[in-house]
Amino acid sequence: MSVRHALLALLSEGPKYGLQLREEFEARTGEVWPLNVGQVYQTLQRLERDGLVESDDDGDDGDTSPQKGFRITEDGTAELAAWLRTPPDLASPPRDELVMKILVAIRMPGTDPHEVIQVHRRYLVELMQQWTRIKEDEAESDVSLALVVDAELFRLDAVIRWLDAADGRLKRAAADGPPPPPPTALPRLRRRVGVRR
Amino acid sequence: MTVLEMRSVSKTYGTGAAQVHALHEVSLSVQAGTMVAVMGPSGSGKSTLLTIAGSLEDPTSGNVLVGGMELARMSRNDKARLRRRTVGYVFQDFNLLPGLTAAENVALPLELDGRPARRARSASAASLAALGLADRADQYPDQLSGGERQRVAIARAMVGERRLLLADEPSGALDSVNAEEVMRLLHNACKRGVAAVVVTHDAQLASWADRVVFLRDGRVVDQTTPAPGPESLLGAGPGGRPPGAPRMGLGQ
Repeated sequence: MSVRHALLALLSEGPKYGLQLREEFEARTGEVWPLNVGQVYQTLQRLERDGLVESDDDGDDGDTSPQKGFRITEDGTAELAAWLRTPPDLASPPRDELVMKILVAIRMPGTDPHEVIQVHRRYLVELMQQWTRIKEDEAESDVSLALVVDAELFRLDAVIRWLDAADGRLKRAAADGPPPPPPTALPRLRRRVGVRR
Repeated sequence: MTVLEMRSVSKTYGTGAAQVHALHEVSLSVQAGTMVAVMGPSGSGKSTLLTIAGSLEDPTSGNVLVGGMELARMSRNDKARLRRRTVGYVFQDFNLLPGLTAAENVALPLELDGRPARRARSASAASLAALGLADRADQYPDQLSGGERQRVAIARAMVGERRLLLADEPSGALDSVNAEEVMRLLHNACKRGVAAVVVTHDAQLASWADRVVFLRDGRVVDQTTPAPGPESLLGAGPGGRPPGAPRMGLGQ
């Protein structure tokens, strides 16, 4: 999330002073928005220049005094609404390191891919246990935190499900007999799915 | 205090070529106040482990102790009493009796155990209340939602003085909000001193447990190490976030 949209989000709750924006920004960035506080005033100036926010004092562009008040404009509200509905870039598969490790494990002599899979499965389950403790202890009264924890749990769960599926697929392939084709599969795979380098 | 102890437990079905080793030298010990999840795919032996732990089936070899008592040395009647008094079961499909109200379902194990009806009823009411179901006591199972039915089943599994809770995919038939509620209740029961074994293939469910044991082809292949506190994830402690751990952020 950019500083720009974070500030528009804060102003969508109502007009705020520069100092107040900075403080609320800092308070909320602790974990959820890991952003640079120094960019706050600079970004406010740009938002004003672009007509997405208005300030009390339109005459002096350089004025960043803490008492200056800001409010979101109609264009700013539209910009924030558009941002909310713009899908993040999930289209191209990232180069998944875990997938690469398992692909290597099934080719590497003397390596049991099931053992490698289990190492990662255990690590992921341990991480999920920690997130679940957070949910159990703190998130019941904090909806935002619960949402963030759920997102992590579902993401890690998906990786474990992939490992489970890989485990089952390899077991079935081993039971069926002939080993998989030689390792020319990797370059072809890369071209086909268009993984970014 | 160890509530459940399984020592080198093996279970074999059939003979000769048709022989299947459902469990192979499984050892597991569960202390009072802890929840252990047994995680594995279908056919890994999870359900067999649970039925043996609950004395519904005998192992081919090895020993099972519940509350320090060796099951192999107990008579059929003793084992039946143990199942009525000490062990509670939670199943994926709830297994409530449709012709009985929630309160009657929960009171049933105590009544079968010969307790006076009045005592059984008051214990049932207390158990339902502990699960937030006091106002549902007189409803029949088909008048309850899936989440409520499973909570009634947990109330039944915990009624009286249960020390061991055995659960087979307890949230498998529920949506994620109800599944979380069920796991929260089970974990709370453990914090009050009950020992629980939950078998599942679901990592989200297993992650509620204090310890996760991984079962593959009837063998325990691995288990989690005791988790560091949540502060390691939130990056507050001197150790900070574990390497490769997720950033709790919305990204840049």
